[in-house]
Amino acid sequence: MVTGTAAATAAMTPLEQELARLAGSVPDPELPVLTLEELGVLRGVHLDSPGKVTVQLTPTYTGCPAIEAMTADIEQVLHENGIPDVSVVRVLSPAWSTDDISAEGRRKLAEFGIAPPRPHTAEGPVALTLSVRCPHCGSTDTELLSRFSSTACKALRRCVACREPFDHFKEL
Amino acid sequence: MTTPAPTPTTEKTADTSATAAALALGDDALVLSHRLGEWAGHAPVLEEEVALANIALDLLGQARVMLSLAGDEDELAYLREERAFRNLQLVEQPNGDFAHTIARQLYFSTYQKLLYGQLATGDSELAGLAAKAVKEVAYHQDHAEQWTLRLGDGTEESHRRMQRACEALWRFTGEMFQPVDGVDIDWQDTERTWLASVTSVLRQATLTVPEGPRTGAWAAGAGRQGLHTEPFGRMLAEMQHLHRSHPGATW
Repeated sequence: MVTGTAAATAAMTPLEQELARLAGSVPDPELPVLTLEELGVLRGVHLDSPGKVTVQLTPTYTGCPAIEAMTADIEQVLHENGIPDVSVVRVLSPAWSTDDISAEGRRKLAEFGIAPPRPHTAEGPVALTLSVRCPHCGSTDTELLSRFSSTACKALRRCVACREPFDHFKEL
Repeated sequence: MTTPAPTPTTEKTADTSATAAALALGDDALVLSHRLGEWAGHAPVLEEEVALANIALDLLGQARVMLSLAGDEDELAYLREERAFRNLQLVEQPNGDFAHTIARQLYFSTYQKLLYGQLATGDSELAGLAAKAVKEVAYHQDHAEQWTLRLGDGTEESHRRMQRACEALWRFTGEMFQPVDGVDIDWQDTERTWLASVTSVLRQATLTVPEGPRTGAWAAGAGRQGLHTEPFGRMLAEMQHLHRSHPGATW
């Protein structure tokens, strides 16, 4: 496992911005309605030399297996756009938070049937027992079925009003 | 056939305390992850199966980062002998019934959250990982606490089993607060906070806080020095046999 450190990501050149846009357009392998840009996991793109690029990626959860698919997809899209040497490094710090998901990303999650994470108000996890809106019928009368669902980042809930079960992207 | 040496290949950094810390905490996460993975196909309900697997996945991710700081993650996980592992004896204990697994989760996740929480604010090599992992562990702790309440304050049978599990694992909890080289925190204060937190959950769950010893001759306590309990050897044999039987195999 290669874990890099967050280098200076500020002041990207126009070419780096274009490469970041390409890398950011890759869909999330587990939540294909979201792009990596909307998920907020792309931390920077650096042109080391002509044809050689380093991409900084942060995992949502430390053990998230999707990061390997993301890495392969980023490499492929940059290869296709004329960058032969792509290195994707994993950065842990600062830790990713569900607050890094863009507003557009949240809207798409809800449309996809996944209740988006609520914004953090204070330190620590948001209590899972607090109300979460059903992405199907909009009712706030929903109940927790399991703290962990199809992936580590989601909890399983059920709507009391329409009885549909749904995933909730847990606040992290 | 050439097989890599079964001893850790970390001589170049083995004497640094940062490596010792990464190894101890990394082994805790790795071993507990493997134990929780053993529930796959056996959990009482599907949701719980998924929950335990997700917790195991979080721990495995943490273990990979820490073992990579200490050396080659695969060599460390698959080619070390039992005596070279530095994990707590608590995490290697067999799953037992569901109550035993939950008691082990309660004791360990409360500890790990306190540890990571303090490491996250420090400047050690583990600070970045700790800041990330503490948020994941908060959910593990919440999961364990909710189940402790449900089992303890549930039926007569679930109460009896949860009480039995809490007592059976109690003697493994003193070891958690032996200082780890490279982890610069107030261990006594951490132990006090842990005890207060666990006591509060057990009481709320109508359980009795165990009275048995947590340190001394009748308590466990040498996992950090490489001494492990009997079930650990069998667990390692299962965890390592594929890698050892097929050196260099890939998917």
